[in-house]
Amino acid sequence: MFPDSLNLSIRGPVNDFIQALVSGYGWVFKAISAVILKAVLYIEWILRGLPWWVVILIFMALAWQSSKRWGLTVVVGVLLFFVGVLGLWDLTMQTLALMLMATIVSVVIGVPMGIFVAKSRTVRSITLPVLDVMQTMPSFVYLIPALMLFGLGKVPAILATIIYAVPPLIRLTDLGIRQVDHEVVEAATAFGGSPNQILFGVELPLATPTIMAGLNQTIMMALSMVVVASMIGARGLGEQVLNGIQTLDVGKGLEAGIGIVILAIVLDRITQGFGKSRTEDPRNG
Amino acid sequence: MADIEIRNVYKIFGQDAKAALAMAKEGLNKSEILARSGCSVGLNNVSLTIGAGKIFVIMGLSGSGKSTLVRHINRLIEPTSGEVAFDGSNILDLDAKALRTFRMHRVSMVFQSFALMPHRTVLQNVVYGQRVRGLPKAEARDIGMKWIETVGLAGYDAKYPHQLSGGMKQRVGLARALAADTDVILMDEAFSALDPLIRADMQDQLLQLQQNLSKTIVFITHDLDEALRIGSEIAILKDGQVVQVGTPDDILERPANDYVARFVQRRQGRPEAHD
Repeated sequence: MFPDSLNLSIRGPVNDFIQALVSGYGWVFKAISAVILKAVLYIEWILRGLPWWVVILIFMALAWQSSKRWGLTVVVGVLLFFVGVLGLWDLTMQTLALMLMATIVSVVIGVPMGIFVAKSRTVRSITLPVLDVMQTMPSFVYLIPALMLFGLGKVPAILATIIYAVPPLIRLTDLGIRQVDHEVVEAATAFGGSPNQILFGVELPLATPTIMAGLNQTIMMALSMVVVASMIGARGLGEQVLNGIQTLDVGKGLEAGIGIVILAIVLDRITQGFGKSRTEDPRNG
Repeated sequence: MADIEIRNVYKIFGQDAKAALAMAKEGLNKSEILARSGCSVGLNNVSLTIGAGKIFVIMGLSGSGKSTLVRHINRLIEPTSGEVAFDGSNILDLDAKALRTFRMHRVSMVFQSFALMPHRTVLQNVVYGQRVRGLPKAEARDIGMKWIETVGLAGYDAKYPHQLSGGMKQRVGLARALAADTDVILMDEAFSALDPLIRADMQDQLLQLQQNLSKTIVFITHDLDEALRIGSEIAILKDGQVVQVGTPDDILERPANDYVARFVQRRQGRPEAHD
């Protein structure tokens, strides 16, 4: 047995801290919550307001744009149509809205963060361990405080999803920028390019395939959080899965599960295509 | 027209650069300094005067510090100690903004492995220097097309670098440097990655361009033949120190020491072997 006298618990202070946060700064979190909620409801309103065939056409257009392959475009259309046939259209749109919101916030946080990490050794040595923690910490651990701070529903679900899903985007943005051929950056510097001109004109364009791979990972990880998110009141396909399991309705659970997989396949293929289309030749010119 | 003067430049790579610098100034050699301080000496008290309007060749084997030296001229590398003067004014005094302006207008560079931007077309690569300065697209295009034609790549302006052969890529690299319209061009082993025939072509083209434009060209090479062929003055570098500076004739007829002499003998030996 480990001696009791050496016990040191951080339970009390952490609980007190969260309590103080909730009672003292509740309004800050309410404000953040209101903004995120408004944004996600707006996205949902658009997706659910559009006729189903328009949404399918938009996705097919995106698939074509990203891959220039008819096969994939048709498959995307058929898969989404199948989701509708299963009677999951509305739930899928709800889940999609949640995904889009989480992905947008992840990009807004992840890409600049990745750039910082690539540029500064100090930021890097601090950030990378934090990312490890974010990816390995069981999601329920931060789901509960998120619930206390932001209330039940979509907002804590989105935030929990972001915490879990943003690390690969940060890592791959960092990797993509550091992988850019040193001599090309040196050439841009030698011709008098400013740090901004080099970042936006050389480094980011050349890192784009890697960043897109990161975005793809982020979306996949966000989708894997759908069921967990439904436990704190985010509606959509995850809720249906949870519902099915709770009532031992395996068929219902499977249907919703298939819906999630289809969404994953569609989003995966489209984002992968966008990553590849720029990589005509990954070797240096 | 620019005179470049490099005065007592030292470059030490490593943690304890100060101590290593002191040792270098006391006259210890490269391996002694490495053993004592863990620092590697890139350049050891290099002083050179590069006259305007000529091709000045810096020759040395790999590890001799020649690429490090050439990067001091546009401050891609900062010296540990010493001065680099351009027309008499020390470029180490420039702040970040002035340094960018200096790089835009005074020196351009050609790289060994081309360093073209793979996501830009030949034309976009060639006009990079002009675009960075803020020249509008249309005007930059005219300049770019002119230089693409000069280096013999007419018709390739819309191609991407990966669609070109090595020799063509380096022509793009050369056009990019010329289009920047600077009075000094640094060429870091610019032709070393090319096969012999294309290399000879490029050397001819460079000499011709030099006659027409009379730029100051600082040319780095590890090949004495190349140095003798294009250089009007040659500096030979070994272990970060200048061994000899002189015209091709000086080098051939009056080698300063055994090291240079061995180079020259090796060269004279070669054609005889073929006869």
